[in-house]
Amino acid sequence: MGNAFKSRVLVEGSGRGRALVLTEPLSLWGGLDPQTGEIIDRRHPQRGKTVTGRALIMTAGKGSSSASSILLEAIRAGTAPAAILLMEADAILALGAAVAREMYAKALPVVVIDADDYATLRDDQMIDISEDGTITVSDGE
Amino acid sequence: MSLTLSARDEAMLAGQAGEAARMAMRILVTMARVTDATHLLDISSAHIDGCLYHGQSGLEFAERLLEGGARVSVPTTLNVGAIDLLHPEYFQGSEDQAQRARRLMQLYEAMGCRAVWTCAPYQNAQRPSFGAQIAWAESNAIVFANSVLGARTNRYGDFLDICAAITGRAPAAGLHLSENRRGQLLFRLRDIPERLKREDVFYPVLGYLVGARSFLKIPVIDGLPMGVTEDQLKALGAAAASSGATALFHAVGVTPEAETAEAAFQNTQPEKIIDVAMDDLRDALKKLSTAPDGDIRVVALGSPHFSIEEFSRLMPLIKYLPAHKDVEFIVCTNRQVFSELQKRGWLDDLERAGAQIVVDTCVVVSPIVRAPSGVLMTNSGKFAHYAPGNTGLEVVFGSLEECVRSAALGRVWRDEILWH
Repeated sequence: MGNAFKSRVLVEGSGRGRALVLTEPLSLWGGLDPQTGEIIDRRHPQRGKTVTGRALIMTAGKGSSSASSILLEAIRAGTAPAAILLMEADAILALGAAVAREMYAKALPVVVIDADDYATLRDDQMIDISEDGTITVSDGE
Repeated sequence: MSLTLSARDEAMLAGQAGEAARMAMRILVTMARVTDATHLLDISSAHIDGCLYHGQSGLEFAERLLEGGARVSVPTTLNVGAIDLLHPEYFQGSEDQAQRARRLMQLYEAMGCRAVWTCAPYQNAQRPSFGAQIAWAESNAIVFANSVLGARTNRYGDFLDICAAITGRAPAAGLHLSENRRGQLLFRLRDIPERLKREDVFYPVLGYLVGARSFLKIPVIDGLPMGVTEDQLKALGAAAASSGATALFHAVGVTPEAETAEAAFQNTQPEKIIDVAMDDLRDALKKLSTAPDGDIRVVALGSPHFSIEEFSRLMPLIKYLPAHKDVEFIVCTNRQVFSELQKRGWLDDLERAGAQIVVDTCVVVSPIVRAPSGVLMTNSGKFAHYAPGNTGLEVVFGSLEECVRSAALGRVWRDEILWH
């Protein structure tokens, strides 16, 4: 059983991971420990969860412009999400992924999806993103 | 929408201006596509956030640029680094970490950036003029430049800022364009006592509320008093950029693109009107603290970096000091203000009162606080927001006077009149 839809690609790449849907946007700077991939913002509802290898889903980016550094560092350290899905384009997150591509030839797709598609996503669903931005969602496995 | 590049852009992309300019232009082009820009535009200054050490990747990026012959092509200032270069002994991290942080700062200086090491570059003598196109990083500097100066920058982050500085170009998108600077949400201050609006502590609390409620939209605030100071607007913007993603706010009758509400909204209707009453402010105030009032271990001031005017408000309060023996009393500022403190003889007074004056960096980006746990008290919305994640300490927010008197007592002192 699967569900597929298109997204707008900010930074291309393919990726696969279990969904981690954040109920509030997360500022990566001060919010994510790039050494462990853990959410450390004490005010964040998903504090303590690990983003590593997940399809990180949040409505938008937030907070300090240092978020791109944190994302790059997480990509370098191997603690980054497998993909980032947003409802609103976020240049700061896209930048971290774009620089990672230059520096480490590691692809972390960052895409924007429609509100309707966003509303269908649930924690732990398996999310596949292809280079062209097609997203496939499956519940099983 | 397709992106059209100038001949010079194309030449840089082809590597004719060196390997660093090529990589910088490649990243800019990707980001231009992300932001739907049709072209790049010239910028007249840049402010760089990438000199703050977050890890090996930032160091490798700067090394790659410098190896590629990177040199900034517009006047460029540097944000805080992770080391107070005047007082390196304040750094509580490992020697290895200190060396990396210092190396990163040197790499950016070597690219031709001015080593002002401050998150408040707008309080230096030379600052962007109204309408200037600039590429600034550092969320509080961005919101100040856009809102208070009327200069035009998007939320640049590490990496893109230096790419813009090297190439002198930025994607023509977002807040660089007049039509995207239109106010969207109207915040009306309702029955807020004028007495409170004159208090500095009002501004970070209001900013924290406005940032959280407007998030990606551009807020217009109606009801700020005449005579609101730049430091108050700086505190408002810094808090709004922490709780939300605010890069520009308008304040009717105060900020340069908001002579009237109509001007701020560019003659359109607000998408939403939000009335702000005392209860909303008290709620925002509560959210700025993560711990109940009680014992404290640290008082930290100066995010954004304390201005000389802010020091002039602090000086009469140091009569309440010295700080309690268990309390670190820290004020973060830049070197320009630091040398002014020396000139005025205030530095001696502050040090005698037990204050630790930190330059070039601050306590939420550098391990300076010695207390491993406990509560940090601050008058800064930005410190209040980021200290728990970045220092491991809990936080209590208060006014400047509350902070100073609490430092002396070793536990939170409250001015009961403020919020009533």
